[in-house]
Amino acid sequence: MTSRSYQRGLRMALPFLLPSLAGLVLFSAIPIVVAIFLGFTGWNGLSKINLTSGFFPMVVDQWVGLRNYVSILSDKEFWRVLGNTGYYIVLYVPSILVASTVVAMILNSGRKMIGLYRILYYIPVLTSWVAGALIWKWVLSPDLGAMNNLLALIGIHGPAWLQDKNWAMPGIVLASIWKDAGFFGLILLGGLQGIDPTYSEAASIDGANRIQKLFRITIPLLTPVLFFILVITLINSFQLFPQVMIMTTDAGPNGATQSLVERIYKYAFKYFKMGYASSFAWLLFVIIFFFTSIQMKMQDKWVNYDA
Amino acid sequence: MRKKSAFLPSLAYHVFASFLAAVIMVPFFWMIITSLKDKGAMLTVPVQWIPRNPSLLSFDKVIHLFRFDSALLNSGIVSVLATVVTILSAAMGAYAFSKIEFRGREGLFRIYLATMMIPFQVVLIPLFLVMKELGLINSFVGLIVPSVFNAFAIFMLRQQMMTIPNDFIDAAVLDGAGQYRVFRMIILPLTAPTLITLGVITFMGTWNDYLWPLVMLSDRRKMTLPLVLNVLNGQYTSDYNVLMAGALISMAPILLLYLVAQKYFKTGLQVGGIKG
Repeated sequence: MTSRSYQRGLRMALPFLLPSLAGLVLFSAIPIVVAIFLGFTGWNGLSKINLTSGFFPMVVDQWVGLRNYVSILSDKEFWRVLGNTGYYIVLYVPSILVASTVVAMILNSGRKMIGLYRILYYIPVLTSWVAGALIWKWVLSPDLGAMNNLLALIGIHGPAWLQDKNWAMPGIVLASIWKDAGFFGLILLGGLQGIDPTYSEAASIDGANRIQKLFRITIPLLTPVLFFILVITLINSFQLFPQVMIMTTDAGPNGATQSLVERIYKYAFKYFKMGYASSFAWLLFVIIFFFTSIQMKMQDKWVNYDA
Repeated sequence: MRKKSAFLPSLAYHVFASFLAAVIMVPFFWMIITSLKDKGAMLTVPVQWIPRNPSLLSFDKVIHLFRFDSALLNSGIVSVLATVVTILSAAMGAYAFSKIEFRGREGLFRIYLATMMIPFQVVLIPLFLVMKELGLINSFVGLIVPSVFNAFAIFMLRQQMMTIPNDFIDAAVLDGAGQYRVFRMIILPLTAPTLITLGVITFMGTWNDYLWPLVMLSDRRKMTLPLVLNVLNGQYTSDYNVLMAGALISMAPILLLYLVAQKYFKTGLQVGGIKG
């Protein structure tokens, strides 16, 4: 590092920092502090408050301590919603890893028409979730939808998908894989292209076949990227929201597709239980933090960084 | 980097790759077919895979009844402004964090990064309250202004700007250039590719955003495309020809943008700085 005599001092930095710093305070720091307090109140959102004047009196007035957290954690609903999310994760995460690996390997083959495939695989990523979810709601329509009519062509009688409590979540998972495979495929492609071809060449000389090379070279060298994808998909899964809102009215039969964020949104902006919803959101944070930390700890066991 | 890894024989490869493409395209074909049907044709069994009497009536309905043209304009305005605000503010912040030394720099940067850990849903309610306090509910300004703080963008740009040699800046300063000139004439041009990538990501993210506009906008005339689609979904629950026409219209501009900006995504998305 060379020394820099001309670029010093807060006075020089401040004009450049000002926009983001103001944003940090107003749209991140203050909301985080407010959210912490809200989580300890029973505020119903209907009584008018101003952050600048009436907020702290309201907090004192409506203080309930840990009661929100206790009642969420002792409510069956929370555990059912967490179970729904778990079901989504069990179906979605392994599938998206496989699907995006397939996409990446197709795009890494160096053959003709890759440009076309790349665009086609990426179109769902460009589609908004609202549009994508609307399309899938119609694709999965029991009698008139494309899915069951296509299945009928090969003699399979498809389920009622989003209207069947056992099939609603798998339907949402299908749409999510369709939407995300191109995105994670392209990230994996970046990883594949970063692998030094000499590894593979050396292995060939030593007589390794394609399958051996795939499992002994390509996949181990991809583990950092796979790890990244695993962390991101898990975080995204806990934040499952637009699919549920658009595809399943009132979150499916018997609440089969209710998700954590769907609950937070409805508690806050439909039932106006702002305090309760804030506690719910903090629990979401704790869950995400917990699982991300576990993944960080576990990475030594399988992620290979010495490429 | 064009190596031929003959993982599959050529024919099998193309059969497989185009089959996958076809599977991915089915929902879009389904959307287009449906948008061209009238309500009767939509409800016939067996399904008409090719509409017998194609019509553009649902598009007409969507555009005129639902003012999709104004929603299109709203989405355009919001996305362009949010992108400009994000890029400008993030580039300025990143410049300060990478090229200006000041006390507490690393600590402040760590605070910036730490905010990325908090999910958006946690700050959603308080952010709504802040906007209410500022009188910005139901306004584009309120929708856009949180973009001024984007820790991810600042992080990405800082990493990029760190690679610019300080000698460039020192030379410019010796020649009498001020801070703003250095920023405009050296920093911005040298980070242009990253700025563009970030711009495209931000534009698409804002264009497709759902939760924040859903909370902020209730005035129909101000709604962005995803929200109008959402309203359409509530009112025309079973008129899928109308819904599909709406979905198609909402997708078109972003597809065009992607085709134009494609070359910036040529090499696959490299995940930088993820080594532990």
